[in-house]
Amino acid sequence: MTTVSETQAAARPQLVAGLSVATWRRLILTVALVAALALPFLVSSYHTFQLTMVLVYAMALLGLNLLTGFNGQISLGHGAFYAIGAYTTAILVTKLGIPYWATIPIAGVVSLAVGFLFGLPALRLEVLYLALATFALALVTPQILKYKAFDAVTGGVQGILLDKPDAPFGLPLSGDQWLYLLALAVAIPLVWAAENLIRGRIGRAIVAIREHPVAAETMGVNASLYKALTFGVSAFYTGIAGALGGIVVGFVAPDSFPVLLSLSFLVGIVVGGLASVWGVLVGALFIEFVPNYADQISDLLGERAKALPWAIYGLLLIAIMYLMPTGAAGLVKRLTRGIMREF
Amino acid sequence: MAAILETRALAAFYGSTQVLHQVDLAVEAGGITALLGANGAGKTTLLRALTAMVAVRGAIRFDGREIAGLATEDLVRLGIAHVPDGRGTFVHLTVEENLRLGAYTRSAKAEVAKDFERVFGYFPRLRERRRQQAGTLSGGEQQMLAIARALMLRPRLLLLDEPSFGLAPLVVKDIFRILRAINRDEQVSLLVVEQNANLALDLADQAYLMETGEVVMSGPADRIRGDESVRRAYLGY
Amino acid sequence: MTALLHQIFSGLATGGIYASVALALVMIYQATHLVNFAQGEMAMFSTYIAWWLIGLGTPYWIAFLLTLAISFLGGVAIERIVIRPMEKAPVLASVSVFIGLLAIFNSVAGFIFDYQIKPFPSPFPSDAWYGSAFMSPHEVGEVMVTLVVLLLVYGFFRFTPLGLAMRASAQNPVSSRLVGIRVGWMLALGWGLAAATGAVAGMMAAPVVYLEPNMMSSILLYGFAGALLGGIDNPWGAVLGGFMVGVLENLAGAYVVGADLKLTVALVIIVGVLVISPAGLFGRPVVTRV
Repeated sequence: MTTVSETQAAARPQLVAGLSVATWRRLILTVALVAALALPFLVSSYHTFQLTMVLVYAMALLGLNLLTGFNGQISLGHGAFYAIGAYTTAILVTKLGIPYWATIPIAGVVSLAVGFLFGLPALRLEVLYLALATFALALVTPQILKYKAFDAVTGGVQGILLDKPDAPFGLPLSGDQWLYLLALAVAIPLVWAAENLIRGRIGRAIVAIREHPVAAETMGVNASLYKALTFGVSAFYTGIAGALGGIVVGFVAPDSFPVLLSLSFLVGIVVGGLASVWGVLVGALFIEFVPNYADQISDLLGERAKALPWAIYGLLLIAIMYLMPTGAAGLVKRLTRGIMREF
Repeated sequence: MAAILETRALAAFYGSTQVLHQVDLAVEAGGITALLGANGAGKTTLLRALTAMVAVRGAIRFDGREIAGLATEDLVRLGIAHVPDGRGTFVHLTVEENLRLGAYTRSAKAEVAKDFERVFGYFPRLRERRRQQAGTLSGGEQQMLAIARALMLRPRLLLLDEPSFGLAPLVVKDIFRILRAINRDEQVSLLVVEQNANLALDLADQAYLMETGEVVMSGPADRIRGDESVRRAYLGY
Repeated sequence: MTALLHQIFSGLATGGIYASVALALVMIYQATHLVNFAQGEMAMFSTYIAWWLIGLGTPYWIAFLLTLAISFLGGVAIERIVIRPMEKAPVLASVSVFIGLLAIFNSVAGFIFDYQIKPFPSPFPSDAWYGSAFMSPHEVGEVMVTLVVLLLVYGFFRFTPLGLAMRASAQNPVSSRLVGIRVGWMLALGWGLAAATGAVAGMMAAPVVYLEPNMMSSILLYGFAGALLGGIDNPWGAVLGGFMVGVLENLAGAYVVGADLKLTVALVIIVGVLVISPAGLFGRPVVTRV
């Protein structure tokens, strides 16, 4: 319960080292944006590629977080929507000749439609059963993608190769730098939209459904509609991420979307912090670079190095649930509160 | 008369909320003690506190031995049986399995077999229904089953939470008659929580009255029954 | 006709494996209302232990029993150490822990035993007298072993005091405490039994699907489908569901969707059951209190 004096304090803008919290936020965001824009010109093209993938994964994680973190519907199969986005792009580009940048929103919409359709029956499922059903989806996805009857479209086990795009209008950017900026340009409005969604009425409704669906209904929240929509929007984000991912990597194949991908997404939002929009960056950094380091050690361990990412993910999932259930975002919140109190 | 169960300054908590305050209570060995009070007075909570189903502070002595802090499963082995509100029967198991579970902590097979007979003696209807699923029994029969299961423990102290709840008056009369017999013939001390003050005061030797988590009155059942304010508030006249 | 019968009997044989996995899943679900996503990987790990024992020269059935014992103890340990602290945690936390276990078992198996596909012996020789056109000796053996295990488990739960106590703990932990049952240990025992049952499934499956860290993922899925189909809170429904899924998978694979999409059949069954009737064929309809 807030006391009268606490409420008064909240009304007065809190000052930290002379600036209000809101101003600090804007300052930090501006610095971050400038740094983000500068990065591709400061690091090697391989690192730029990696950072682009971080942005891609962040968008995928944002999608999953909307569904699982904010709305409480556990999906262990978001790799499927990522795959749908990637394959939509690949097929549209190679079979229909549509320019790659135009396929991104289309891939998003296709994913949204599939997500919404999946969300409809999923509405009635208890959280645990939804986890089970989406887990099944994750296991089945590679097999469906390999189905011989679809080979003509999906390229079968070989997959589809995409040409790496050059910077448009003859801009003096390398392909990697252009793709990074493209990913950033897609990510920023998506993050902005997510933030606004969460902070608004819709966001509160979504969280209310997670906390107590029946109570939410009695307050006039149409739980079914919101749950299905959240599923759709979540798939939209992850589908767009998949499309971008496909373009950046330049290759989609059934084995690019194994169960591990869906599990990585889960690890990502747990590490970054459930129900946190900014935490997804930390999660994305994690799931991009951990397998990388595992690869680096693979020279030492040989084939056994395959085990490392799994092992790390597993240990982390358990450790975080025990020690730090709010993830990185929760940690940051605690730290900033501590810092704010100091000043 | 020696007390088989005593509490001193007992407090109970649901999370961080305190729901019982400074409860001093004593159940006479071999006697019947009633715990009265309106809804929400804390009677059920007190029974739960006695069997370690909620967090407690303070002293609880059973047969002179401090038991606060022991786990429910261990208290049962000391001879305290608790028939919870709502009966707590294993509805998907048969009557016989319910009774067998009552005797879970006992190892002497022959004794247990004898107890089956004794329990069926008190509740012949249970013998008829011994292979039936407990959930298909009527309310009264389930209450009998719950008491019977508690008896299979060979308890020294039997805690009963609202045994009359939801039952027809004739059935209740039956059950209370049997409770009296159990107390008399088996020397089982009883602590009975009841909203039906009339019934409880008829049965009991001692009574405690609770309001909002505290004991507000205690003494011999007759004296409580005769008390003006109790009569007006709880006995309806 | 022979081909159809062969498919059905073959389906029954693999159905036995699915039934064992389904039973293990239901045992844990009944007691905790949680789905053990790591069941498959635990079974796979047990099978590796058996493989290692056999490699040391242990006779098959001794290795089999030893593996059951080790798996049992392992299951008990996992419940006490990893799962117990999650007792009151929200669903997502528990699910994450299960997935974590899945990942750890998979990676440790891969790390210790490497990713090479290994053959695993069958105790049922391929020219045994009980083989026929309909079922190979191993398939007959699978069904026999599954039935024996299921009967033993049934007998344990139905006729022993400990089994009764475990059933009681799963149904009503509060009342169980009130009769003196140490509910925590009952849960641990349940996990032990589930681990051992899963190990049986793994050891029966390995001669056919070959031993490698990912061998159980499809089988787990079929196990889920069977458990849901039969009713996830009904052990015998789950067993029946497992057999049904085995036959359905084979028939669908042979006559409807082709071998490539067999796994999708499991997905369809799972989603179908959950949407149409989450209690499955024989489960109790779940009524949630508001």
